[in-house]
Amino acid sequence: MSETSIKPKLASTSVNPLAERLKLTLNYDELSNCIRCGFCQPSCPTFKETGIEAASPRGRLALMKAVVDDLMVPDEAFREQMDLCLGCRACEPVCPADVKYGQLLEQTRDAIEKHTEHRWWVKPIRNAVFKQLFPNQKRMRLLGSALRIYQRFGIQGLVQKSGFMKLLPDTMSQMERILPEASAKGVIEQLGTYVPASGGRKPIATVGMFRGCIMDVLFTETNINTVKLLSEAGFDVVIPEAQNCCGALHAHSGELDQARELAKKNVDAFRTAGVDYIISNAGGCGALLVEYGHLLHDDPEYAEAALNFAENVKDVSQMLMEKGNIPQFAVKENGSGHERVAVTYQDSCHLRNVMKAGNAPRDLMNRIEGARLVELQGADRCCGSAGIYNLVQPQMSMDILDHKMEHVKQTQAHYLLTSNPGCLLQMKLGIEREQMSEQMKAVHIVDFLYENLVK
Amino acid sequence: MLAESIRQQLRQIVGEAWFKDDPEALVTHSYDATPMVQNLPDGVIYPHTREHVSEILKLANEHRIPIVGRGAGSNLCGGTVATEGGIIMVMNRMNKLIEIDQENLTATFQPGLNTKEFHLAVEALGLFYPPDPSSMVISTLGGNIMECAGGLRGLKYGTTKDYVIGLEAVLPSGEIIRTGGKLYKDVAGYDLTKLLVGSEGTLAIITEATVKLLPAPKYKKTMLAMYKDIYAAAKTVSAIIGHQIIPATLEFIDNPTLRVVEAFNKIGLPLDMEAVLLIEQDGNDMVQVERDIEAMTRICHEQGAADVKIASSAEEATKLMMARRSALSTLARIRPTTILEDATVPRSKIADMVIEINKIAKKYNVQICTFGHAGDGNLHPTCTTDARDKDEIHRVEQAFEEIFDAAIRMGGTITGEHGVGMMKAPYLEWKVGEAGIELMKGIKRAFDPNNIMNPGKIFAKESRKRLVVQR
Repeated sequence: MSETSIKPKLASTSVNPLAERLKLTLNYDELSNCIRCGFCQPSCPTFKETGIEAASPRGRLALMKAVVDDLMVPDEAFREQMDLCLGCRACEPVCPADVKYGQLLEQTRDAIEKHTEHRWWVKPIRNAVFKQLFPNQKRMRLLGSALRIYQRFGIQGLVQKSGFMKLLPDTMSQMERILPEASAKGVIEQLGTYVPASGGRKPIATVGMFRGCIMDVLFTETNINTVKLLSEAGFDVVIPEAQNCCGALHAHSGELDQARELAKKNVDAFRTAGVDYIISNAGGCGALLVEYGHLLHDDPEYAEAALNFAENVKDVSQMLMEKGNIPQFAVKENGSGHERVAVTYQDSCHLRNVMKAGNAPRDLMNRIEGARLVELQGADRCCGSAGIYNLVQPQMSMDILDHKMEHVKQTQAHYLLTSNPGCLLQMKLGIEREQMSEQMKAVHIVDFLYENLVK
Repeated sequence: MLAESIRQQLRQIVGEAWFKDDPEALVTHSYDATPMVQNLPDGVIYPHTREHVSEILKLANEHRIPIVGRGAGSNLCGGTVATEGGIIMVMNRMNKLIEIDQENLTATFQPGLNTKEFHLAVEALGLFYPPDPSSMVISTLGGNIMECAGGLRGLKYGTTKDYVIGLEAVLPSGEIIRTGGKLYKDVAGYDLTKLLVGSEGTLAIITEATVKLLPAPKYKKTMLAMYKDIYAAAKTVSAIIGHQIIPATLEFIDNPTLRVVEAFNKIGLPLDMEAVLLIEQDGNDMVQVERDIEAMTRICHEQGAADVKIASSAEEATKLMMARRSALSTLARIRPTTILEDATVPRSKIADMVIEINKIAKKYNVQICTFGHAGDGNLHPTCTTDARDKDEIHRVEQAFEEIFDAAIRMGGTITGEHGVGMMKAPYLEWKVGEAGIELMKGIKRAFDPNNIMNPGKIFAKESRKRLVVQR
């Protein structure tokens, strides 16, 4: 039972700055908690696709630990392996030892980012996107307007017709086709910052609507429907103007400092607004919002407020199920005669694994009269969207999506619902790739509910 | 380090992508699920056919390179750690379910097939493959065969060795042998099938196996008996068997285990109890199943159970079983390091063994939780500790030595289902004696004269002296 001594024969003797940084940033106690039982592996999409130990949570943790233990230097393969992880967190609920894999991955990516010599043109782009664009709702709006002009005034048609898109990989042109119409006006511009509970009822609670950044440009309609649904269910809804991007893309891409700055602004915005709950309609955003407590835990000024904020974050589906006066939903007569409309649901990994919303979305779907919920096999498995994963890891993302679509086909559903914009775009893309857009439509669950609200 | 020419030959055999020797591959194949055991191999190879396996072994044999077969690396005795370097042979590309033969009630598969997937395929046809190690969601059938995996249904249905009836295996010489077949009777010479089952990768690499299947029992009932007195719970086990009732599952869980299992699963287990028995009976005759459950309920009460609950639905029963399966890993929440052993005694001795374990834990001031397959005498005393505390680890080691000793004194053994590997090699002689060890080494030499098959496992460089315990 004595420990086998392991010779550090892979590590060079010279000091490696990234390794040193990882030793400082990685929580060693947390790393030691992994007992290598392997229970995480069946839940891991990248392990399922590759069958390679290193592409599994147990493998990635072993690599992190090996770097800290001076067993290996964090080389290019190490970076690639950390990039290949979807960050879907499916390994966390099944981990009996309760290893905080997501946090360790974030710490690793943050260290990698600080030590990455990007090509000369990448840094400015990363800067522009992460520091200048996402945190700034006005600029997001402008981008939305530009996109809208492009979509509206036929430039899109011109570009598509001119074959310009053919020069890009298939995926890009498919993406371009499924991109929803951007809106120049966000939820506040259209509804104002306060919408009272409908029917002049006494509100159950005052909730703050988190509008997101991309969400409010590409899915403004969903934001508006979220507010209206919450109001229908008996809540006063406040939409604080001072809020900004949640920072999830930053946190997952190793821009932790930037994520913390954004988090502080949001904590302030909702604290000032004096709301009981913070409501998100995007699993990816919500999952970071509920982790603000962890994100800001060593900030003396914000630690407590962030924890308080995080404890009151809920997804719109959780809020409706747990506290709301749930309105009546019924499917309007559908064109194809009298067969009941079949709906299926693809989980948002972050909603399921991090926000732990459980069955709330399905419970809501089950309440829609005239709709039949068909369970999608492997719905709890990531669809491959994973934030910007599908842009940076297109091959793996598409492999995962194609496997996902095999199961989607089997459901023969008319509607495929999701709870997150990334998943929604990915599912639209999947439907497009399989040429199924005639018989199936991907819709955000909020839009479907609002569409079928009995007023 | 492997010579460049050898690495080139290995790549030629399996293809460029399927032999790896970069730091990433070596690090991620330097461990299995055994705590505190880690060593880097020199390479990792993923064969796709039995011909691949044969050519790799021939090459390794010629150059005296250790070969360590690996399924999912869920071993608990260090069985798949390359303690002497060499090549880790990962079998997960050979994962075909070749056939389920409903006329012979057999199934034939490749070793890399996931155990749980196999169970699902078999059950879809109304059939039943009983061996169900707790690791079955991740483990492979090849690994199950190599360790002779047990599980929760051992007392009524036996373990892996009772189901494997045919094997195809590759010897270190590269020769391919086939043993047994779709046969329920076969006494043509020594029983090589049984010899290979549980051989821990030290004799040959299995490339195909045939197992027998049973018709699935139609009815199942699950119950939970709760005790304020741990001894009463353990005594109940012998009492049930004494009444000539053999349940499909008879699991023992002590209070510390109960607490962590409940914390992870939240299914309402009684935390104020010192021990619970999780009992399941199955069969094709509902009346008989009911009768057994009633009789066992009565026996539990007679033996001093504080409460007995019968699961009201299949979901509730499944939840209970799932909770029990998570016991090992859940114990990992208490402390960073978890050492799980599987000392096994005749089932009439369960009560004595539980008491002995608690006494030993107290004596060495270490925390040992006990759960396990009480119905077949296979207990899992599990120590939660911290590998970084050298002093404590030393006490843990002493405690386990004493536990092994106690098990053997009671007519038991040092391992019921995890295998000897390297963890228990020093104690093997306690169980089988010097002549037994010599005979086993002779068998090993006949198969593997150059000692390339998982060297350093089963046989220790030197046996541990049997301690004289002051009582």
